[in-house]
Parts: sequence; structure tokens; C-alpha cells
Amino acid sequence: MGIASAALALSATACGKSSTDAGSSSASDSKNITAAIAYDIGGRGDQSFNDAAYAGLKKAEDELGVKGTEAEPSEGEGDADKVQRLTALARAGNNPVIGVGFAYAPAIAKVAKAYPKTTFGLIDDTSVTAPNIANLVFNEEQGSYLAGVAAAKTSKTGTVGFIGGVEVPLIKKFEAGFAQGVKDTNPKAKVLVQYLTQPPNFDGFSKPDLGKAAAQGQLDKGADVIYAAAGLAGSGSIEAAAAADKWAIGVDSDQYNQAGLASYKDHILTSVTKDVSDSVFNLIKSVKDGKPQSGEIRYGLAQDGVGLSESNPAYKKMTDVIAAVNEAKKNIVDGKITVKTAP
Amino acid sequence: MMKFDKDRLILGAAGPVLALVSSFVLTVLVLLATGLDPIEPIRIMIENAGYSDIQVLIVNQTGIYYLAALAVAVGFRMNLFNIGVDGQYRLAAMVSALVGASVELPGPLHILLIVLVAMLTGAFWSGIAGILKTTRGVSEVVSTIMLNAIATSLVAWLILPKNFGVQPEGSNNLTTGEIAESGWFPGIDMGQGNGVVYGFTFVALALGVVYWFVLNRTRFGFDLRATGASESAAQASGVDAKRMILTSMLLSGALAGLSGMPTLLGESHTYSLDFPVGVGFTAITIALLGRNHPVGILFAALLFAFLDKASSSLDTFGYPKEITKIMQGIIVIAVVVSYELVRRYGLRRQQQKVGEELAAGGALKTDKEVSA
Repeated sequence: MGIASAALALSATACGKSSTDAGSSSASDSKNITAAIAYDIGGRGDQSFNDAAYAGLKKAEDELGVKGTEAEPSEGEGDADKVQRLTALARAGNNPVIGVGFAYAPAIAKVAKAYPKTTFGLIDDTSVTAPNIANLVFNEEQGSYLAGVAAAKTSKTGTVGFIGGVEVPLIKKFEAGFAQGVKDTNPKAKVLVQYLTQPPNFDGFSKPDLGKAAAQGQLDKGADVIYAAAGLAGSGSIEAAAAADKWAIGVDSDQYNQAGLASYKDHILTSVTKDVSDSVFNLIKSVKDGKPQSGEIRYGLAQDGVGLSESNPAYKKMTDVIAAVNEAKKNIVDGKITVKTAP
Repeated sequence: MMKFDKDRLILGAAGPVLALVSSFVLTVLVLLATGLDPIEPIRIMIENAGYSDIQVLIVNQTGIYYLAALAVAVGFRMNLFNIGVDGQYRLAAMVSALVGASVELPGPLHILLIVLVAMLTGAFWSGIAGILKTTRGVSEVVSTIMLNAIATSLVAWLILPKNFGVQPEGSNNLTTGEIAESGWFPGIDMGQGNGVVYGFTFVALALGVVYWFVLNRTRFGFDLRATGASESAAQASGVDAKRMILTSMLLSGALAGLSGMPTLLGESHTYSLDFPVGVGFTAITIALLGRNHPVGILFAALLFAFLDKASSSLDTFGYPKEITKIMQGIIVIAVVVSYELVRRYGLRRQQQKVGEELAAGGALKTDKEVSA
């Protein structure tokens, strides 16, 4: 395995350079599928997001015998660097090549044209389309809506908090869904909203102390349920909520089961899950099966691509909350409720 | 006389060379300490630099760094530390992209307008620090750092869809809208998917010549250097120091504004959330390493661009590409230390020489001479 991946890495870069000499198709002769992930600078520090993509690749390695390659972005890079990276990955025979995050959209639009036989995955963006591009997108607002329902039902003070990592449209989807869920459940409830940083400062996804301070402020204003969509910074707000004996709602993965948060897990009511790893796995599988996904692949509540976790026993006991959440879920899936994507 | 110049040249080169060698040695030690092969990643990087697509990236990045470092250097020559180059660069790129996307003019005019707006915006932002310094005595170090933070918030606000930003359908990005093709600066396509060398890179190089000429061959440049060397002495000889401070701050900001142009006019044609950042900070190191000299800066910019771009595939080989960040970080420290060492050595040498000459001239009878 080690040798294989080393050989792959070697061929990957050998070809990346071979722009000078044309004969570079040597690497793509294999019958084996090799998948590549290029991580995102916009998601840099948003550990859960990039890690989830990696988890999908890992699963494909284990279950499908696919060989995986990863490529990291450099700090402060531009589109040209992304084009170069994706080109190197595609030229090395990787298929699919997956760009994690919307920042890859312009680069994928260019490279997909040059490599029409390679399938490109683009997470969180549908603005560029081509027959060989699969746009993997999520209805984060739907999962967040359910979190809003749960928060409004659980809150005793009628005040709940939302903490966004960085003020970008993607995170605003979380806010919009959450606020709508709260208001639909309890019109009198108050939603406190705070963003930690503004782009291009992405500290709000990576610095737990920022999340902690923001949560502290919301707790002081009477919030007793706090939903943080802030990557690693969210762990700070979970810590603050736990210290105040209030509820926290996690994001992206089921944070109740996260080892690093074990000491606060009793206060993690639930988590809004976003199944990036499955989307990556499914795309790789579709290419391996010879039926590559193409166009918009949407992961919403209906497909269980987003959802609300139920691992906390205390949450499971709240039957009325769960009933309300399930009803809301059904209404969304049936199209009776349309969740806004912008606040 | 010739000999003195040669000494100066050697001393001038000694600083950067010492800094580079020590940073290289320290990086190797770091790699050894983490149990990695210290030579292999460097070999890979050199090999990467041999390929044309990487070379295009390096050349383009050099142009960007060069402009930003010139911006820093103008300040340094005047004894001003403009840490705000990054903020000026971002704000200027954003505002000029906005203006560029909202109008359509015949080619050269369109580009000229965007470039002018970028220069004016950059100069406006650094000018605030300049005015604060000349009227209130606020240190430009403090004010430019703060202006960086304000620029971040200002750009974030301006780019909101309810203000001037655009969120393309189906995208999670925010942009300023695409600049029409008449506002694209033509580049040189290297073919075969090797990328395009930004045309603005040549503008950057030309500005290096202008920088050299203005600083060394004009009255203004002399005043600027004189004020930088000693404000009171310059004032005594009739230079308006305050005006010089403001002018050089404005110049520095205008150059900072230009440093966003290669990317904007040659590649992205829009300012979006993922527009490259941090250029202005790297530029400080580059200006230091290049000793504020246009040729020195060019080599320093080239080196940093090489470190950035040749390392991008290192992690596919199992080496962390962050080693180049370590190397760049150590260069910053090593540059400061080695310049000081070289300066002291030069000073001592000079004193010794003067002493020798005095001894030789003053005591004609003594034959004995102390050899250095």
C-alpha cells in the first residue's frame, strides 16, 4: 500500500511537470481507479469540512480498493495555482478529481474543458457546469431548520444563539435555516446572531477562543441554546455553553461522539450533520462503476445528506422535541415548508 | 576609491547571503529533527522549478511580489514602515474591480481606468496614515496595522450582495462582477496548458526601473533618501519633511494598489472572497531581503515566488510544504540579525581603516603598520 501510494505520488508529480514533454499518458494506463482530492483554502481551518472529504476518500480506499491522492493548497494562492494543481492531478490519470469548496469553481471550469474524459467533483458550487462536472451541494439550511426547531422547543428563556464562523454566504445558509426554524416553532423567540470574522480572515473557522467569547456574550444575554456553525471555533462555544450548564448544538459531524469534546458531550443537544464524506464516496463509486455522476447532485433532508443527530440520550428522552423535529422534517421533505437560503 | 566600492558591494551582498545560508541550514536542521530527509524536498523543489507550468507561476508571482515589495521599499527608504500594504492592496483590488466591472470602455482606456482607480485607492488608504503621521504624529506602524483591519471590514461590507457585491447563481462565493474583456491585460500564452504570463509582470519590471531612476537620479529621490537618513538634517537643508512623509506614503500606497493588478487584470477579472491575500506581508520580508534596492528586490521576489510555487506539490511526496514557510520565517529573522552583524562589522572595518589612514598619515616616522 505504502509503495503503491508512493509510486502514485511519483507518477502524479512526474506528470505535473511533464508539461514540457508531451508523452505523459503513461500514468493513466492502469485499470485501477485513482481518485484525487484538492483541499480548499476557503475551508482552511474548517477541519470538519476538509476532514469529512478525506473520510470519504478513505472509505473509498478501504471499500473500493481505490487509490487516493490528496493535494493541499498554499496560503494566498490564486486561481492559476488551482488550475495548475488540478491539471497535474488530472494529467496523472486521477479520476475523479474533486475540488473541495467553492473556491475551485473557476479552476474546475477551465481544467474540465481540457480533460473531458475525467470526472470533476465540485463541492458547494453549482455555478459552473459541464457534462464531466458533478456539483455536490447540500441543503445546509434544511438541517439547520431542524436545529432551530429543536432549539426553540428546548429553550426555557426563549432566547437562542447562532454563531457563524466567517460571514460568507455558505454560513448564512445555516443562519437562515436556523432562524426560520426557531421562528416557525416559537414566533416570540429571540435569535441572537454573531459572526466571528469576515473574509479573508478565516480565523472564525479555526480559533476556539473566538467561539468561546461569542458564546459567552450570548449566554450573558440570556441565550440557553447555542448553535455554532464555525468549524473548529465551534468547540469553543460548546465549551462555554457546557460551562454555563446550557445547551450547545454541533455542526457538520456528530459532535457528541467527537473524542476531543468528550467532556462537554452531555451538553451537546444534537448536531446538524452534513454528509460531505458520503458525497465524495458516492462520486468515486460512480466513476468506478463506469456511471460517473454529472450535474447537480443535491444532498438534502430527503436524501439524508443533511440531518440532525440523536446520539445524546438526554435528547432522545425529549419526545416532544423529537416529534416536532420529525414533523418539520416531513414537511420539508414533502415540500410543505420551503427553507430560506439567505437571512 | 574602486576598492572601497568593492568592499561595499561585498558587504552589501554579505547580509542577504548570510541570511539565506543560515535559514537554509536551520531548515535542514528542522527537517532532520522531525526525522525527514532534509535534501530530498529541496531536490524536488529544484526539479519542479524546471518545468514550464511551474515557471509561469513563479514568474507571475514574482511580478506581484515585486510591486508589493517596491511599495514597502519606498516607505523604508524614507524611514517609514508601511505594514498596511496588504490592506491597501486588497482594498484597491476590490474597488478597482468594482469600477472596472461597472463600465465598458475601449481596451486601453478601460485598463488605464482600472489601474488608476487601484493606484488612487491604495494611495488614499495609505494617505490616511500619512496625514495622521504628519498632523498628529501617529506612528505609521500602528495606524497602517489598524487600517488593515478596517480594510478587511470595509471590503467585507462593500462586497455584500445588498451593497455592491454579486453572488453568482449557484455559487457560495461573492464577487464584484466580471470585468468586460476590454479590461483584461493581454498576457503571453505559453501554450500546452502551461499557463499565461501576465502582461502586467512587465509593467512591474518597468516600474522597478522607474523606482531606481526616481530615487537615484532626481531631486525628489535625493530629498526622500536624505529625509529618510536624517529628518532634521534634511529639514535644515530646506526639505519639507512633512511633505516628504506624506508623498512617500501616497507613493507607497499607489504601488501597493498596483500589486493587485497582475492577478486582477491577468487572471481573475473579478475580486472575490478567494482573492489571494497576505501579499503585503510577504512583501515586507522581500523588501528587507532585497535591501530596498530594485535589483535586490527582484531577486528576493524571485526567490520567494520560487519557494511558494515549487513547493506546492511537496506534500504529494510526503513532505510538508510548510517547510518553505519555515524557511521564509527564518529568513525574516536572519535578515535582521545578519544585516546588523554586517553593519557592525562594516562600521568597525571603516573605523579601523580610518584609524589606519590617520596613523599612516599622522605618524609618518613609524614604519610599523598593523595589518588588518
